[in-house]
Amino acid sequence: MNRIAKCFERLSKENKKALISYIVLGDPMKHITLPLMHALVKSGSNIIELGIPFSDPTAEGPVIQRAHERALENGSNLGEALSLVKKFRESDTITPIILMGYTNPIERMGYDKFIELATTSEVDGVLTVDLPPEEAVTFNDKLKSSNIENIFLLAPTSSQLRQEKVTKMAGGFVYYVSLNGVTGAGNLEIDSVQKHVGNIQSLTKLPVCVGFGIKDGVTARAVADISNGVVVGSAIVKKIAELAETKEIDPAVYVDAVSRIISDIRSALDK
Amino acid sequence: MENFSDDCETINFDQMPDENGHFGPYGGRFVSETLVYALDQLTSLYERLKDDPEFQAQIDYDLAHYVGRPSPLYFAERWTKNVGGAKIYLKREDLNHTGAHKINSAIGQALLAKYTGKKRVIAETGAGQHGVATATVAARLGLECHIFMGEEDIQRQSLNVYRMKLLGATVIPVSSGSRTLKDALNEALRDWVSNVDDTFYIIGTCCGPHPYPEIVRNFQSIMGREAREQSLAQTGNLPDALVACVGGGSNAIGLFHPFLKDQSVEMYGVEAGGFGVSTGKHAAPLNDGIPGVLHGNRTYLMEDENGQIIETHSISAGLDYPGVGPEHSWLKDLGRVNYVTVDDDEAMSAFYSLTQTEGIIPALETSHAIAYAEKLAASMGPDQMIIINLSGRGDKDILTVAEIDGISL
Repeated sequence: MNRIAKCFERLSKENKKALISYIVLGDPMKHITLPLMHALVKSGSNIIELGIPFSDPTAEGPVIQRAHERALENGSNLGEALSLVKKFRESDTITPIILMGYTNPIERMGYDKFIELATTSEVDGVLTVDLPPEEAVTFNDKLKSSNIENIFLLAPTSSQLRQEKVTKMAGGFVYYVSLNGVTGAGNLEIDSVQKHVGNIQSLTKLPVCVGFGIKDGVTARAVADISNGVVVGSAIVKKIAELAETKEIDPAVYVDAVSRIISDIRSALDK
Repeated sequence: MENFSDDCETINFDQMPDENGHFGPYGGRFVSETLVYALDQLTSLYERLKDDPEFQAQIDYDLAHYVGRPSPLYFAERWTKNVGGAKIYLKREDLNHTGAHKINSAIGQALLAKYTGKKRVIAETGAGQHGVATATVAARLGLECHIFMGEEDIQRQSLNVYRMKLLGATVIPVSSGSRTLKDALNEALRDWVSNVDDTFYIIGTCCGPHPYPEIVRNFQSIMGREAREQSLAQTGNLPDALVACVGGGSNAIGLFHPFLKDQSVEMYGVEAGGFGVSTGKHAAPLNDGIPGVLHGNRTYLMEDENGQIIETHSISAGLDYPGVGPEHSWLKDLGRVNYVTVDDDEAMSAFYSLTQTEGIIPALETSHAIAYAEKLAASMGPDQMIIINLSGRGDKDILTVAEIDGISL
């Protein structure tokens, strides 16, 4: 069984919601990422989404765009992400890791080589923002013979037909984008999220998690009540950016600051 | 003809792309989920309207009375004599309203926007020509208009920025990445994702996700259709060669497409060689790039070994783009079109050459096509004929050229 499925099974038994945390590889410096990943787990994250920096992250708002830029400045890349996950696995064999990014770096590496390296590193899932089902056929077929789940997005604009199509291809969990916009944007409309998540849940046995627009404990709790989990990204990355501004290089400072955000959200979810 | 492979003889170019927007391995729709709905909507709207006589009549009317089409096919007699070789004809898109070919597609897309009932249009722009064209049609239709433009381009194309503002558009400076056309497109896509319900994206070139490359090509193909008829009427023959500059490639595809089935017509797409292809500082993905995925489609790109898009360089803002329309990638692989490069210096000298022999000041983008055609014509016989797409006029570039000449205006 894939780690993602095990994770949701465990959470379900404990009657808890999933907290999925997103950071960008190498943001703001390479040596910060590994301690930060362990800190995310320690402070209550169940799954880590590791963002792969890309020069043209069209789905991201300004906060995460800057994170991609900071990471690219120090030369962080997909190959390093795969090595880093391997290192993470030396002390954590339980927490699922999802690589989240854009198609081009994976295509450049080659689907086969990517899957081979990701398997060795024990990556559990991949979410390619700009690879919808129509374009994902080859990649998806190749992933099927691995233990790596292909995670897909659904949006408020996704039609019923489209929801059926995506859920058929999806693995791991379905990532519902709560609003029409980029990461870190706007305000959540809980009623609309509830309606869509409910509909998606009726189409698939996979858990449905909600991301985009989850800023704090309050929004996380509201969304978790009507879904299987929440994804938090910009709120974490914003804090990292603030510290990066001060030229902070001590991982412990990043770990402290991010752990506080995650602990707050965790306790809101568990209340 | 040597470049016309067996494949090309059997292909029906009018049937491309396929239903998923693919030109062979290129094109497609690589976008985040939120946009799929808007693209599906646009696809079905366009499918419904493209053969609709009423819609076509509106476009024809606008092209004739507002844009000023057909644009002349002009025999550049004095320049031909100077160059010595094939007869050179210019397809005068510089004479269009707003001064470039961009208006052909902006008119069409704005009309599509009107049919959707959306009240706001957005566009990206590099040299500013597409931004001006979009601001123009938006003013005419009373639509709110936001134009995304890289900060670097805003500096080198300040005249066009002011024109857009006069036309009532809001110009939004883009400060991310390389601060040029590529980043303006990123920002336009982000805006569209965020405002998809009330906003229509008028894309400037034959790039982006399906159905944009097809829509832009079809609107721009008016140039090739006219040129074909004009060539037959004026000379009794089809041209031996077509030459057009290629950034995203909309002026090139618009001229080339109606001729693709004509086996005797050779085609040359001229990419920006910048400081020279060997320096790596250029904008010539078809000559020095590899296939990858950017801005919603698979196409040749300028990228590094990790799949990161790299910064390009060209003296002309409109060619300063790391990708190219997917249909061009396909035509390159088929061998139907030759893609060549012209560097900054060659483009500048062609700019002067045409200005001083014909009294036509071309855009710096267009000057790349002129420079290549100059070489090509010299290698051909006087009984042969070349058509250059004179895609835009150079008024917008006067400040850049003056600066290169060390003159402050």
